[in-house]
Amino acid sequence: MNYSQILEIASCTDPGMVRSHNEDSIASDPVNGLVVLADGMGGYNAGEVASGMATTVITTEIQQLLAKVKPFQIDEETKAPVAARMIREQVLKANTSIYQAAQSQPQYAGMGTTLVVCLFYDNKMAVGHLGDSRLYMLRDGKFSQVTRDHSLLQEQIDSGIITAEQAKHAQHKNLVTKALGIDPVVEPEIHEYPTKPGDVYLLCSDGLCDMVDDGDTGMTLQALGGNLKLAAQQLVQMANDNGGKDNVSVILVRVLREYPAPRGFMGLFK
Amino acid sequence: MAKLILSMDGLVLKEIPLSKERTTIGRKAHNDIQIDNLAVSGEHAVIVTILNDSFMEDLGSTNGTLVNGNPVKKHFLQNNDVIELGKYKLKFIQEAGAQPAAAAADFEKTMVLRPSAMKAAAEQAKAAGMGGAQAAQAARQAAIQSVGQAAQSAGIGEKPAPAAAAPATAALAAAPVAAAAAPKPAQPLGAIQLLSGGNAGKELELAKPLTTLGKPGVQVAVLTRRPQGYFITHVEGAQRPTVNGQPIGTAPHALKDHDLVEIAGIKMEFFHKP
Repeated sequence: MNYSQILEIASCTDPGMVRSHNEDSIASDPVNGLVVLADGMGGYNAGEVASGMATTVITTEIQQLLAKVKPFQIDEETKAPVAARMIREQVLKANTSIYQAAQSQPQYAGMGTTLVVCLFYDNKMAVGHLGDSRLYMLRDGKFSQVTRDHSLLQEQIDSGIITAEQAKHAQHKNLVTKALGIDPVVEPEIHEYPTKPGDVYLLCSDGLCDMVDDGDTGMTLQALGGNLKLAAQQLVQMANDNGGKDNVSVILVRVLREYPAPRGFMGLFK
Repeated sequence: MAKLILSMDGLVLKEIPLSKERTTIGRKAHNDIQIDNLAVSGEHAVIVTILNDSFMEDLGSTNGTLVNGNPVKKHFLQNNDVIELGKYKLKFIQEAGAQPAAAAADFEKTMVLRPSAMKAAAEQAKAAGMGGAQAAQAARQAAIQSVGQAAQSAGIGEKPAPAAAAPATAALAAAPVAAAAAPKPAQPLGAIQLLSGGNAGKELELAKPLTTLGKPGVQVAVLTRRPQGYFITHVEGAQRPTVNGQPIGTAPHALKDHDLVEIAGIKMEFFHKP
């Protein structure tokens, strides 16, 4: 199935106003309905190596798999659609690549990256994430956050130590508790969500959510939803106008119509 | 740097800068802030300071600790909070802009907290023969320390040694960032007045970061409010909006005072509010 007629994708990435280079990395494959965003960290230039490796490994590996397996097929081991397992395994592969590079090359020591990846199939999407890069959704005029950060701040909010309001003013927004490439193994958080035609999904690095209030981001998506490319540029521009302290990356995906999986003869037997 | 002002019955006794990561308060002499009063426990409370964040923790004192009149076990200190131990009061003063801007910017680099280092700290504590609660406490302190270190190494632009963490997070506090956001430069408020159409004469203030105008499906333009001023950008429709009779390009077009704009057949004037 070719998703380029089903999903409209626009993206924009920018080093921001303070940083000299961009450690974020984004990739989108409209044909396969796959989008990946990574925010690298660590060392001189190593952050962009880590995020670049993450997006490249994950997109190329998933592309190769999709040529053989369809994401909606039921996995015999897990009895769930194969998409989630596909994401998990490729994320682990990327983790190993980054971890080994970091271990073997001193200039890459300690590098890592956050990640959010979405694979669309069968009126659904599988979402995998690590760290504080986020996925938001605009559905029926309502803007909400889909992923929950793996961050110190989120853990504090969850345990009731601070309120979401206090979190806005917290100092340690940038401490993530999970990332790709830091440890030999990592468990990405993976969920499946149903999608609806008209939905707009926003993948972004923390350079956006730290700089632009969620309310303003939602308003921008609503106002400029008719022109995704412009909306993406506008979001980056707003982050930069507010100080642009970090690299800013956004990927916007709009679901144009239904895309149920073809239920063929073989589907009955699986 | 934040500080505490110790007073009793309204009489200021001492000013204590919170220069250390842990500032202990108690009756015994080894405390950083010694209060020699029987209502105060030997080890009464501790203030943990990480960058601009300070929080107070009662160390299981006999008579307890009040913050702003409420008994607390743990509290994120905010400017002007008053900690009470018996008759003694400690006022917490957070100095605005204590942190140099450059350091603040560096600290925004994303860093990883690793649970593995946390476990190691807990095991060390256990090995040292501490009880469960104490071990947890020690681990938490280790986590706090490594966060501090992480922040420091970020300050010199290096990737920090990944620090300790997860359950420890419970101990960390979010304090308001003192004077974090620089005040936005004063920018005159813009507005448009409709000159034609059914609502002619109506005025619309452009207070939001962006305002869309036009008819969806026909022609839509967006007016964005930026530090540099107002811009108009074409969003959708075959026809582009015009400014002073000229269709605008694909790039945002800066608006000047008293520019005449036409969107979807409606004429309007942009102006700066006095």
